[in-house]
Amino acid sequence: MSNNPILITGGRLIDPAQKLDKKMDLLLKDGHVFWLGEEGKAPSLPEAPTILTARGKVVCPGFIDLHCHLREPGFEEKETIATGTRAGARGGFTTLCCMPNTNPPLDSRAVVDYVIQKARSEGVIRVLPIGCISQGRRGEGLAEMGELAEAGVVGYSDDGAPVSNARLMRHALEYSRGWKLPVISHCEEISLTEGGQMNEGAVATRLGLKGMPAEAEECMAARDIALARLTGGRLHLAHISSAGSVELVRRAKEKGISVTAEVTPHHLTLTEEKVMGYDTNAKVNPPLRTRTDIAALLQGLREGVIDAIATDHAPHAAVDKMCEFGLAAFGISGLETALGSLMTLVNQGELELGLVIARLTSGPAGVLGGIPMKSGLGTLKVGSPADVTIFDPKGEWLVSEASLISKGKNTPLLGTKLKGKVIATIFGGRVVYKEGAP
Amino acid sequence: MRPMVQREGAPPLSETIPEISTSVWKHNHILDLDDFTREEIELIFVITDGMKEILSREIKRAPTLRGKTVVTIFFEPSTRTRASFELAARALTADVLNITASTSSIVKGESLLDTLRTIQALGADVLVMRHSQSGAPYLAARQVNMSVVNAGDGAHAHPSQALLDMYTMRSRLGHLEGRKVVIIGDILHSRVARSNIWGLSTMGAEVVVCGPPTLLPLYMNEDRAGGQLPRVTVESNADKAVEGADVVMALRLQLERQEKGLLPAVREYVRYYQITQERLARAKPGALVMHPGPVNEGIEVSPEVSHGANSVIEEQVTNGVAVRMALLYLLAGGKKH
Amino acid sequence: MSEKVIATADDIRRALTRVAHEILERNRGADNLVLVGMLTRGAPLAQRLADIIASLENIRPQVGNLDIGLYRDDLSLRDTQPVIHRTDIPTDISDKKVILVDDVLFTGRSIRAAMDALIDLGRPQLVQLAVLVDRGHRELPIRADYIGKNIPTALSEQIEVRLKEIDGKDEVVIITEGRGQA
Repeated sequence: MSNNPILITGGRLIDPAQKLDKKMDLLLKDGHVFWLGEEGKAPSLPEAPTILTARGKVVCPGFIDLHCHLREPGFEEKETIATGTRAGARGGFTTLCCMPNTNPPLDSRAVVDYVIQKARSEGVIRVLPIGCISQGRRGEGLAEMGELAEAGVVGYSDDGAPVSNARLMRHALEYSRGWKLPVISHCEEISLTEGGQMNEGAVATRLGLKGMPAEAEECMAARDIALARLTGGRLHLAHISSAGSVELVRRAKEKGISVTAEVTPHHLTLTEEKVMGYDTNAKVNPPLRTRTDIAALLQGLREGVIDAIATDHAPHAAVDKMCEFGLAAFGISGLETALGSLMTLVNQGELELGLVIARLTSGPAGVLGGIPMKSGLGTLKVGSPADVTIFDPKGEWLVSEASLISKGKNTPLLGTKLKGKVIATIFGGRVVYKEGAP
Repeated sequence: MRPMVQREGAPPLSETIPEISTSVWKHNHILDLDDFTREEIELIFVITDGMKEILSREIKRAPTLRGKTVVTIFFEPSTRTRASFELAARALTADVLNITASTSSIVKGESLLDTLRTIQALGADVLVMRHSQSGAPYLAARQVNMSVVNAGDGAHAHPSQALLDMYTMRSRLGHLEGRKVVIIGDILHSRVARSNIWGLSTMGAEVVVCGPPTLLPLYMNEDRAGGQLPRVTVESNADKAVEGADVVMALRLQLERQEKGLLPAVREYVRYYQITQERLARAKPGALVMHPGPVNEGIEVSPEVSHGANSVIEEQVTNGVAVRMALLYLLAGGKKH
Repeated sequence: MSEKVIATADDIRRALTRVAHEILERNRGADNLVLVGMLTRGAPLAQRLADIIASLENIRPQVGNLDIGLYRDDLSLRDTQPVIHRTDIPTDISDKKVILVDDVLFTGRSIRAAMDALIDLGRPQLVQLAVLVDRGHRELPIRADYIGKNIPTALSEQIEVRLKEIDGKDEVVIITEGRGQA
């Protein structure tokens, strides 16, 4: 049955890359989009397609996550490629770009090969690894960026830690040009964040927790933008979280500097106040910030200053979070709550549904763009990979530890009801997630 | 201290017996003063008066908490707070168990949770906890079925210290409403300052915080506090700050602040922030001088002030035991639901 | 709920006068007496007794207040705990004749607590008990030496002593839990 054609009928089809938003049927065959058009007008095929009824549902390209942590190899107690890709499928994602801060890190061909192999054998959706910028993520010498590219990485990052040495960042931006891959910067001036636990501000002052000022992110964002201008390298800013960062990216884009940026659902929806009561599940880096920052991030998304929404899915084991706030690990498990969180913004009238889908599909595809192998991702054009997400924009569900497929139950949304639920995820023409299916 | 009323005839009873009921008490734990009402704090004061009488006796003991167990666990060294809680528990005939947790055991891998579960299994009623990590007592309160008293957590809160400070002020000044209290020192890292800010504001006092600009939080000023903290005046000039004060409270200066680059030199701190006779002269006559201890001799307060007539530093220590008795009584005495 | 006055201000005054006389008679005068009023309503009663004794003997016994909250045996059974007030006895009670004064004698448990509290303060020569009302239903082997008024009650009833100093007027009422009463 898995190779059977699939006909998705009666749904509202949204494909920002084709500027489509209307009731259309979609026919998938041989792992690709075969046809899309008016309801009931699908061409007949020799073998009868499996029919998925999507009345009242949204049908869109499978989501692409530019930023997640699958933890394998090395931290399998937090997540594995098997569980992480299933969690992704449940969240409507069909492509995950996984960060290289594993153990060993993805700084050599062997480890990249391992991840790709593992994804092929145990994963259920596409996994595109991101390689390290520096050897061992130590921030000293460049990793073998060329060989990593050959092995299949789609970008470079030392995510989890910044590249503190400006000269090294300069060289990374220069060297990566040869492979046309973006350098993804985790912007954090660590001399300003050392010992920090949350956003620097009134809540941190009240709670007696050391703060991490937005300026720590902004001064490195400014540095990296300057280096991108200098080198002409492709810079992508990971998880920007502050109004100041949005402004920096806006100005850089106006000047034609090659920079793109992503934002996470949690930075778009939650503020530092989530930390009240010392909820370690709200401990994340960059930290949750303020309403002012959220307003600027939303504006950045609307204007296209921010290209993509990425989860920064950072699953942790219970012991990493069930401890003193200051000792707890940073990170939020976010693949499965992304859509529901973003739908809150749609329901509040903050963002258009089409825009949200664009930032989850064509937006990230654009950041990855230029790589021939990846062309066709993030759209439902005829001939593109049959990666499709069907979701119920009104479907409500309660976020609970039991409701999450990911090993990481670390989300400050536990106990929250979200509206917006994935009904089915199709990857390469196969249904890899179906609501209610075991 | 309030004079005991020697009765000739029948003075109005309200002078000696404040009208208050424990039904105003809403706390199972004492973690921070940010959620205490004025009535609750008043209640603590009234009961502390009663406890002071017990402590003035030859045999300083009442049987109130017989059969109850109070556990103290300090993940950070402290002699006086721990001793004060221990004396308080013993004065109420509770069993006391002191668990010493070395600071080195607060490393990842050795779980606070395991320690807490062990204590829970011992069947304790009240857990008195000191920890270097802000918020650690909240974890304890969520995870164990005991009343948790925060005996100081990181830079966050030290509620019993603030209560004894306020009790001492009330004993000397009669009431706190409208009093000007100046807190001088390392406000940024001070849990004592934070708890006093909450408590004093709730009681209607005016709080001024003062210290070197690097040790003053940027977010205490009303315009940046976003309603997260009570209204306080932030002033970096100590001479200005103490102007007209009823109380001048100095905080302990952690000498390692200098190493972290927050202070140019301790010498400079002494010059600009030490409470000296001259500085104190700007406060109200008879203004109280307080310090949560232990005092760095010759740094926060000049020796003649610290041992002078205005100093109530030793009284703070005595009142500390009575306040903690009141807290233990309120937490451990009642019916457990 | 219905409430019935069973002793008026005059009744209370007369009863206290009689009790004062009995105290003086039994102790052969006011020498060495200390009246200790149990908070809350025992306190003004002790003051009044002292006033009456002063008018009879030209010497006013010392008066103190005793809080028994810390000595109760029901702390872990109660929903709200008693407020602890300051015990305030302006003299050493050792070798004194202590007259404990309370408004109502009921189960005897408060008196038991009061005696424990007193003993912690010193070793009196003797302790006697004076109450305005004895309503019966003792749970401990305790009896009063001086009783203003014996009022037999049912367990379901409540006795409330009201005093000018606290309640604005003097009276003793009995409160009956009655439903649908006219």
